[in-house]
Amino acid sequence: MPVIATSQMRIESDGRVVVRLEGRLDATSTGRVWSSVMDALGTRRYGALVIDCTDVSYCDGAGLGFLFHMRCQCALRNLTCEIKGLRDEFTKLLDSFNPSDYREQSGRVESSSVVHDTGRSVVGVLTDIRNQVVYVGELISALVHAVLNPGRIRWRDAFLVAERVGADAVPIIGLIGFLLGLILTFQSAMPMRQFGADIFVADLVGISLVRELGPLMTAIILAGRTGASFAAELGTMKINEELDALDTMGLKPVRFLVVTRVLGTVVMTPLLTIYGILSGLVGSLIVYQSLGFPFATFYHQVTGFVGWLDLAGGLYKSIFFGFLVSAIGCLRGLETRSGSSAVGISTTRAVVSGIVLIAIADGIFAVLYFYLGI
Amino acid sequence: MPKNQSISEDDRDPIIRVENLTAVFGDEVIIDDISFDVFEGEILAVMGGSGCGKSTLLKHMIGLYEPAEGDIWINGNNIVTSSSLEREDTLRRIGVMYQGGALFGSMTLLEIICLPLEEFTDLKMNARELVGRMKLQMVGLREFDRYLPAEVSGGMKKRAAIARAIALDPHILFLDEPSAGLDPVTSAELDNLIIYLSRTLGITLVIVTHELPSIYSVADRVIMLDKRVKKIVAEGSPQHLRDHSENTWVRQFFARQAETEMTTLEQEAR
Repeated sequence: MPVIATSQMRIESDGRVVVRLEGRLDATSTGRVWSSVMDALGTRRYGALVIDCTDVSYCDGAGLGFLFHMRCQCALRNLTCEIKGLRDEFTKLLDSFNPSDYREQSGRVESSSVVHDTGRSVVGVLTDIRNQVVYVGELISALVHAVLNPGRIRWRDAFLVAERVGADAVPIIGLIGFLLGLILTFQSAMPMRQFGADIFVADLVGISLVRELGPLMTAIILAGRTGASFAAELGTMKINEELDALDTMGLKPVRFLVVTRVLGTVVMTPLLTIYGILSGLVGSLIVYQSLGFPFATFYHQVTGFVGWLDLAGGLYKSIFFGFLVSAIGCLRGLETRSGSSAVGISTTRAVVSGIVLIAIADGIFAVLYFYLGI
Repeated sequence: MPKNQSISEDDRDPIIRVENLTAVFGDEVIIDDISFDVFEGEILAVMGGSGCGKSTLLKHMIGLYEPAEGDIWINGNNIVTSSSLEREDTLRRIGVMYQGGALFGSMTLLEIICLPLEEFTDLKMNARELVGRMKLQMVGLREFDRYLPAEVSGGMKKRAAIARAIALDPHILFLDEPSAGLDPVTSAELDNLIIYLSRTLGITLVIVTHELPSIYSVADRVIMLDKRVKKIVAEGSPQHLRDHSENTWVRQFFARQAETEMTTLEQEAR
């Protein structure tokens, strides 16, 4: 008797099809037998099906699945399906499955149409906006409460967040800022030199870094680093029911967890922005000196063109960016649903939402500064 | 031959043999030189108080942890010393249900059951789905095939985890705390399922648990670990250990009594 299952098929004169199986009908070899029998039967018309399992030495779940499938096929066509010679223990198990139970799919079929999907997306977006409005209101209320009652703020947590957001981000902010200043200066110097205007590269890079690129770069790095971290941390807490525990203890997660994170980030973002701008200026200086200009020229050009108001505008923006990044990161964390993949989804949403909000806010600031003459 | 004498002197060939196993975490010894056999078709319960190393023992038996000393034989293959390919082949023939279910959160129950069938058989998709649904029916979850793990209850998760563990019809099934945290009815249903798997499919089961009602209803044999001595302190049928064990702690365990309470009772009896 073969170890691997094999099948033979013959057609009787009375129209019955007899399939004879041999060997071990297990997970390894059933797939081949299943395919070959189905291919052989094809669209053939037959009066009844007989499956001879006399020489089947073993039959596991896959084998039973095959025999049950043949039964279901016959039941669909109102044909007789006789399974003979199968050992009692396997027959008993096979008989515990009823073909009628498997005719229709289980009750949970996802309906899908363009209208349905569009409606669902619109509802999703509106719900998201509503949640954000509610959350912003709750957060502002909690922040006002914190400002009015500074003794109630969990300063230890806030300092810990400030360390993680600020001090731990110093290397990456420094590196990106330095490279940004270096590359920007180099790329600007080449075309400007053709017009003899390369001395003004320092002005260009200085104003770009202070007003726009410094705050924007720092905020985007924070969105990827801090926003994602907050979303993952709060998301994991949500899954572990820690947020529910806080709620039942009468501690609002927004006041207990979000306020400290927002405060820590808002305080650290302008400091990181200053550090990023300085790193960028150092990078710029290196290229500027390589073009043949001394440090004094660079200093004179930058300080002559970039005013304190430019720096204040950039830093004010960065405070707002810090608020957006930390608040949206925490919101996405609080919105985490159940399941291990939910934390990943929340993290992604935190980063994407953070960057989108930064871009929108930056546009609004550009228009605002234009009208204010900053 | 093993040094330790606690291996059963049974004429049957064991399907699993644990020989002089010592398990450590860092410098701390969790299990110290234990040996026992598991025989084909039996349901062995590994019992003991919290922190005695039950789950650690199970993880050594399924090859997740490497023992500090000793050997573990499954179907005649030493999973400690064998090559990684042989070890993988041996371990593929066993099923494991983890304490929390360990179901993949992004997949439906049917997809989870079909995953091992997809990876290790040449069944086509509709065939895999049919076999998967039959497995779900065996654990009473046929109607929940399109549900995500997060959408079903704790008991359902455990049953789905068993369905995944038996997807490839293993000869040996390891269950880590199958009825922990479940209500008595769901727990009893799981016990019935375990008995069904053992008696109908002939699967050998190793169950880590400290749920006494479950142990009485399903276990053929029990080994008890004690975290103070880090060894097996009792072995036998649950009823025998409950009624005739000479070890005070074992009797305490079966009587669900605190240590101080038992001492007082013993003093009163004297």
